[in-house]
Amino acid sequence: MARFDLAVVGAGPAGLSAAVTAAENGLTVALVDAGTQPGGQFWRHPDEHHPRPDEGRGQHLWSRFTDLRTRLRALESGAATAGRVELVVGHQVWFVETLAEGFMLHLSATHGETRLPQVRAASLVLCPGGYDRQLPVPGWELPGVMAAGGVQALLKAHRSVAGRRAVVAGTGPFLLPVAAGLAQAGADVVAICEAGSLSGWARSPLGAAGVPSKALEAVEYAALLARHRIPYRMRTVITAIRGESEVGSVGLGRLDRNGRLRTDVSLPDLDVDLVAFGWGFTPSLELVTAVGASTRVDVDESLIADVDDWQRTDVPGAYVAGEATGVGGALLAVAEGELAALAASRDAGRPVSEARARSLQRQIARGRRFAATMHRAHPVPAGWQDWLEPDTTVCRCEETTLGEICAATKELGATDARTVKLLARPGMGWCQGRVCGFAAAKLAIPVGEALTASDLAPLAKRTFAAPVSLETLATTPTESDSATSHDNDA
Amino acid sequence: MTISGTHPDVVVIGAGALGAATAWFATRAGLTVEVVERGSIVSGTTSACEGNLLVSDKEAGPELDLALLSHDLWRGELGELGGLWEFEEKGGLVVAATSGGMAGLTELTERQRAAGIEVREVAADEIHHYEPHLTPELAGAAFYPQDCQVQPMLMAAHLLRLARQQGARVRTGTTVTGFLRDGDRVTGVRTDCGDISAGHVVNAAGTWAGEMAALAGVDVPVLPRRGFILVTEPLPPTVFHKVYAGEYVASTQSSDEGLQTSTVIEGTRSGTVLIGSSRERVGFDRTVSLSALREIASKALALYPSLAPVSLMRTYLGFRPYCPDHLPVIGTDPRAPGLAHVAGHEGAGIGLSVGSAKLLVEAMTGATPTIDITPFRPERFSLQEVS
Repeated sequence: MARFDLAVVGAGPAGLSAAVTAAENGLTVALVDAGTQPGGQFWRHPDEHHPRPDEGRGQHLWSRFTDLRTRLRALESGAATAGRVELVVGHQVWFVETLAEGFMLHLSATHGETRLPQVRAASLVLCPGGYDRQLPVPGWELPGVMAAGGVQALLKAHRSVAGRRAVVAGTGPFLLPVAAGLAQAGADVVAICEAGSLSGWARSPLGAAGVPSKALEAVEYAALLARHRIPYRMRTVITAIRGESEVGSVGLGRLDRNGRLRTDVSLPDLDVDLVAFGWGFTPSLELVTAVGASTRVDVDESLIADVDDWQRTDVPGAYVAGEATGVGGALLAVAEGELAALAASRDAGRPVSEARARSLQRQIARGRRFAATMHRAHPVPAGWQDWLEPDTTVCRCEETTLGEICAATKELGATDARTVKLLARPGMGWCQGRVCGFAAAKLAIPVGEALTASDLAPLAKRTFAAPVSLETLATTPTESDSATSHDNDA
Repeated sequence: MTISGTHPDVVVIGAGALGAATAWFATRAGLTVEVVERGSIVSGTTSACEGNLLVSDKEAGPELDLALLSHDLWRGELGELGGLWEFEEKGGLVVAATSGGMAGLTELTERQRAAGIEVREVAADEIHHYEPHLTPELAGAAFYPQDCQVQPMLMAAHLLRLARQQGARVRTGTTVTGFLRDGDRVTGVRTDCGDISAGHVVNAAGTWAGEMAALAGVDVPVLPRRGFILVTEPLPPTVFHKVYAGEYVASTQSSDEGLQTSTVIEGTRSGTVLIGSSRERVGFDRTVSLSALREIASKALALYPSLAPVSLMRTYLGFRPYCPDHLPVIGTDPRAPGLAHVAGHEGAGIGLSVGSAKLLVEAMTGATPTIDITPFRPERFSLQEVS
C-alpha cells in the first residue's frame, strides 16, 4: 500500500493547484483523477500523447493550466523532487475509510487493471468538482438531449460536435461558452434560452465588479454570439421536447418576472437535433459526506461542504476546494486549491507564506461574492414545474414519473425526499440520483419552499462513491486487516 | 397543551411496519387511531431491510406459530392488497455446502415439517433447476414454497394510507416526550406538538422501543443489532428465489456481539440483487464497516461465483430490534395499564408485522386471541429477573 502526506482527489483546477502547491511545499502527494490526464472537466483537452499545437483551442484560463502542468512536470522530473507527486489518473475512489490517523482511499481503474488499489494519506484535499444540474422536461429522455457539460466535454476532448442544429437552454453564464463552442465547431446554434434576465446582475453590481476578468469574458462572449448570429433569448424556457426516436423540435415558453410560465404568450417551436441543458451545477459531495464532514446549503440550493477560511472541514485532516465548497468557477477553484494545500502544509507543521495565504483568502472572498451574485441572478425559475405533465419522466434510470412522485407525497404520505425515493424510486438507479436528485428533492417539498441540508444530504450520501465490483470488494484489504496484523506483530 | 379535538381510542408510536399494521388492524376493529412518528413514515428499520416473509428460518415454537399466522394473513385477509406492495410468493432455497451441513439441514426440515411448514428436500444435482447460477459445489438444499417477499416501505405506507381512509390520523415530525398518567395507568402521550390522550398507547417504536418503554418507566429490553445489505446494478433475472446458506438460521438465533455474516441473496422486481447479511451489536453506530461489507461480498461469491464482475451501486445499513430471547414483544403491559407494545422482531419484523398487529388488537379489545400470545408478553424479562 502506498503512503503519502497528502492525497488530492480530483485533478481539475482546484486539485491540480492543491497538488502542485503541496508538493512544492515538500509534502508527498497522491493526485487521483478518473480522467486519463490532469485538467478535470474545465480543462478537458485532447490526448497529450498526441501533442497538437492548438490543444488550448476553445479553452478558458488555459495559461493557468499550462502553468500548473509545467510545475507538475518540473516536480516529476526534478532531481530533488522526483517521486514527490504520484499521479494516479484513470482511477476513481470507490470508498474512503477514516482512520485513527489519516485516511485510506480505495481505488479502482475506470478501464482495465487497477494500478494502485489503496492510497493511505495523513491528510486529504477533496476537489471532486461537480456536474450539470438538470431539470426534467417532457421529452427529455429522447436521444439528442444532453447536459451542457457533456456537449462541452465532447468538444474539448474529441473536437466532436454532438449535433448540427442546437439549442442551448437553462440558466447561467455557462450557457455562453457551450453555445460559442458549438458555433465555432460548425453547429448552427438556433438560440440560447436563458430562463433569467440580465436585470438580475444589475441588482447587485458590487459582486460582479469585484472580479473584472468576468466582465471581460462577458464582452468576449457577446462578440462571439454576435459573430455567429446566435439569438440570446431571455426569460425563455424549453417546455417540451418533441420527436419520434430522437429530438426533432422543442416547444418554448416565456417566463414572467417571478419565473412563472406566462400563459398569454405563445412562441413558435424550434427545429433542432441537439438540446444542451444547464441549470447551474451540482457539486459532487459523496466523498465529503463519506469522511463525515458537515455540509450546508449554498445560495443556489446546492449541498456544499462547510469549510472555514483555510478550506478546512470539521473533520481533522480533511480539506475541500473548488465547486464542492460552492459553485464559483475555475479561478476561484485554483485559489481554493492552493489555499487548501497551504493549510494542509501548515497544519502538518511546515512553514508557509502567511502573506500568500491572506492574499488567497481575500481573492476567495471576492470570488465568493461574485458567485453569490451569479447564483441570485440565475436561479432555477420558480415555475419550473409549470410545464411538467403527470407522465413526465423525472428519474430516467428508474423511469419514475412526476405522477408517481405526486402519488408518493399526496397519497402515501411521504413528506421528504428520502421517503419519496423509498416509495417511488427516483434516484435509486444507476446514477444514484446525480441527475434527478435536485428535482426529486424539490418535488418532495411544497412548491416555493427552499431545500435544506436535511433534504439534500440523504440524496448526496453514496457510500460507494463509484460502482465497485463484488470481486473487488471481496478481495480488498481493509484498515482493520493492517490493524490485526499489527497486533500480531506486537 | 393538548392537541385540540382529538381523543382517539389508540395512539400508535411509530409509523414503520409494526405501527402501520397496528393502525390498519385497529381501524378495521372499529377503533379510532392516531399514529405519531418523530421522523417521516417508514424512516426507521422498515426502510433498511429486505422485506422477507419467512417461515424457513424458524424452528418449531411460538415465533413459527406467529409466522404461520402472518403467512395466512398475507395471503388471506391482505391477499387482495398484495399487488400494492409487490407481494411475491417466490419461495426460499436454503443451501448446504457440506454433507455435514446437509445432515443438519435435513434434521431441521424434519422438525419444521412436523410443525406445519411445507418443505422439500432438493438433491445436489437438482439445485440448478431452482437456481441455475448457484455454484455446483453444494451438498444439497431445501425448498420452502411458503417463503415470500414484499417491498416493505410500500407495504407500510399503503397500510397507513388505508388506515387514514378509515379515519386514522398520521402525525409525522412529532416526537413523544413523555406519557400522560393517572397513577400507574397510561392515559396518553406528551409530544413536542402537544398532548394526546387516548384509551390505549401502543409502543411500536421499533429498535427504539426500549427507550420508549423506559420513558414510560417499564423495562422492555430491545437493543440494536446492526446489519448491512449490498445492492447490485439491475441485472437480467439471475436469482429467482430467496437463497440463503444454512448457517443463517443459526446466526439469527445467536447472541454474539461480534461481526457475524451469513449469506442471503435475492432478486427484486427492479432487477437489483440484494445481498446480505451481517449482524453486529455495536449500538446505533452508523460507521460503514468495510470489513463487514467485504465478508458479505466474499461469502456471496462462494455461492454465486458468476456475480464476481457485477457492480454494486450502493449499500445500506439498519438496526434490527433485538430482544435477548429472540422473541418479539407483543401485548398489553400489566405494569402500566393502558400501554401496549409491539416491537423487537429482530430481522423478521416485516413478515411478522401483520400477525403481531392482529394479536395486539385482539388483546386491546378483549377478543379471543387467534394464537397463544403469552410467550410474547412484555413483562417476561422482569419476571425472569425476579425468579
